[in-house]
Amino acid sequence: MDLKDKLLSSFIAFENNVDLDHPVHEVRSEAIKNFEEKGFPSKKEEAWKYTSLNSLQKIDFSVFPKEENTLDYKDIKKYFLHEIDTYKIVFIDGVYSSYLSETTHDGVDVCLMSSAFSKPMYRQIIELYFNKVASKDESLTTLNTAFSREGAYIYIPKNKAPRKPVQIIHFATGNEASLMLQPRNLVVVEENAEVQIIERHQSLTDNEVFTNSVTEIFAAKDAIVDYYKVQNDRDSASLIDNTYISQKDNSVVRVHTFSFGGKLTRNNLNFYQNGERIDSVLKGVTILGEKQHVDHHTLVHHAQPNCESHQDYKGIFGEKSTGVFNGKIIVDKIAQKTNAFQQNNNILISDKATINTKPQLEIFADDVKCSHGCTIGQLDEDALFYLQSRGIPKKEATALMMYAFANNVLESVRIPELKARINKIIANKLGVRVGFEL
Amino acid sequence: MLEIKNLHASVEDKKILKGINLEVNAGEVHAIMGPNGSGKSTLASVIAGKEEFEIKKGNIILEGEDLEELSPEERAHNGIFLSFQYPVEIPGVSVTNFMKTAINESRKARGLEDMPANQMLKLIREKSEMLEIDRKFLSRSLNEGFSGGEKKRNEIFQMAMLEPKLAILDETDSGLDIDALRIVANGVNKLRGKDNAIIVITHYQRLLEYIVPDFVHVLHDGKIVKSGTKELALELEEKGYDWIKQETVV
Repeated sequence: MDLKDKLLSSFIAFENNVDLDHPVHEVRSEAIKNFEEKGFPSKKEEAWKYTSLNSLQKIDFSVFPKEENTLDYKDIKKYFLHEIDTYKIVFIDGVYSSYLSETTHDGVDVCLMSSAFSKPMYRQIIELYFNKVASKDESLTTLNTAFSREGAYIYIPKNKAPRKPVQIIHFATGNEASLMLQPRNLVVVEENAEVQIIERHQSLTDNEVFTNSVTEIFAAKDAIVDYYKVQNDRDSASLIDNTYISQKDNSVVRVHTFSFGGKLTRNNLNFYQNGERIDSVLKGVTILGEKQHVDHHTLVHHAQPNCESHQDYKGIFGEKSTGVFNGKIIVDKIAQKTNAFQQNNNILISDKATINTKPQLEIFADDVKCSHGCTIGQLDEDALFYLQSRGIPKKEATALMMYAFANNVLESVRIPELKARINKIIANKLGVRVGFEL
Repeated sequence: MLEIKNLHASVEDKKILKGINLEVNAGEVHAIMGPNGSGKSTLASVIAGKEEFEIKKGNIILEGEDLEELSPEERAHNGIFLSFQYPVEIPGVSVTNFMKTAINESRKARGLEDMPANQMLKLIREKSEMLEIDRKFLSRSLNEGFSGGEKKRNEIFQMAMLEPKLAILDETDSGLDIDALRIVANGVNKLRGKDNAIIVITHYQRLLEYIVPDFVHVLHDGKIVKSGTKELALELEEKGYDWIKQETVV
């Protein structure tokens, strides 16, 4: 049985475990129909030209873990940003782990989708926001919607901000030979409210894991959201990360994606601007080796006047790794005075590494500023010689230049401890000790 | 200190240096002059170890050690410094962090511990004041958006920090106005000592009014065709390089 058929038949079993009378279930039923019709995307589709899901579909994934698994904090501490105090929403093989988590209802809600789906007090929010910005016809998103049951639920009321950042971590124990996970997150940040979120998917063994995640983010007027995605998983882990963001007047949403590992990673990051004077920031650092593959597909839809978007993705590709960047910007006819900036710079440090990069601009307004640029190059030999001539060995000089290359993207990270952590991961990736913090 | 013997060097099979002989002793300042394309900058790059140049024949010997097999960083550790004609912009690395890395790497190569932070700061302050460099300038990205004069001043600042045995100044005067030239030259003169040597590469005599050389050599078509004292520079200024070219042909 292929994966699609397995998922369709699993949906019947899934229905035995959820409340069929909840309005959300109607949404799920619609979604599974869409997935049944469309199936997994193939390379024939333009958006999936460089990323194939064929080999994943041949693996016999468990769709639900057979038993609840536990983990010792000391064994997994390193995957947490433990230098600072944070709220934590932790899942083990898709199941919420209360003893590893720290949730809150103190003025803000940092808790679980399963609670939000089941408790009447959250019903109004769920009805207002759930599946309202996520695509209703993109097949992987609808697949996630059909199986949506668990994930992080974050609700920040008007004028509020949680005391500390929120970490969302999904662990895969490897107790199943191969496991598919479909977390579903909802983040609602009301007027003039603020939140910082760090998200990570971490597999703990070499058993196959396939995660198809969907996150919806709503930023109301004057809201500020910082979302950091740390992707540094094992080479047995694949991730499709679908993020949908809806922004209102004057809101700022910044998403940073740090892609340093995993077998196959596909980021579908979609911004919809539904107001004026909005700022959308999309930043990414990708450093890959071996046969790793990362595909960034971004969309910024400017639908109202006087808004901005800033995209800056840097990639360093070694060995036989492959990268994709596809940045789509749509500027509607009424979205005058839009300022859309997009940049994608790549360095290939191996002859066998590949990058495909494509800006895709659809501009229907006439008074806009849209700039884009993509570069693919090797390290500048003259710059290397300059550093070497000052006594800096070639290996360190190379690392220094790559650090410098990625630095722009780290500059906007607003949690210093996270920035330091990312710096360390980059240093490890490049295999050098760097004697200072950039 | 430095001995160059019958040096032939090429880039992509194009012969550029065709038998250079030069001896520089500690405490001396040598000027190398010559028309465009005579091989001045190539000579500087070959001594510093730029890979694209291939030594076909001859030797470069620093304090008894042949440099041919040494990487650029090893040459730097041995005391060679090249002030670049066109310093490279490195966005994202501040002047201070760059200097810290360079100094500590050189110390590591000599088996020393990292320089303590307070000592490093003191050294940076001292040397930047000597070259009249603004403190704010030190936290900027290396050479990025620097004016021509700022870049050259920054090169000499690096020289002051690293205290090389042999400094090669490649066209340090180009792009400098008279005030900047004076500051840079003063800096260089303060670094002159009995234990180190300087090679000044220049097209014009102007810089040599400020950094007075002990010897002047004229490079033409990959060879040193004439050597003399500082008066030779004045003669060149007056008569131009054609005079040398003709003399060579004769």
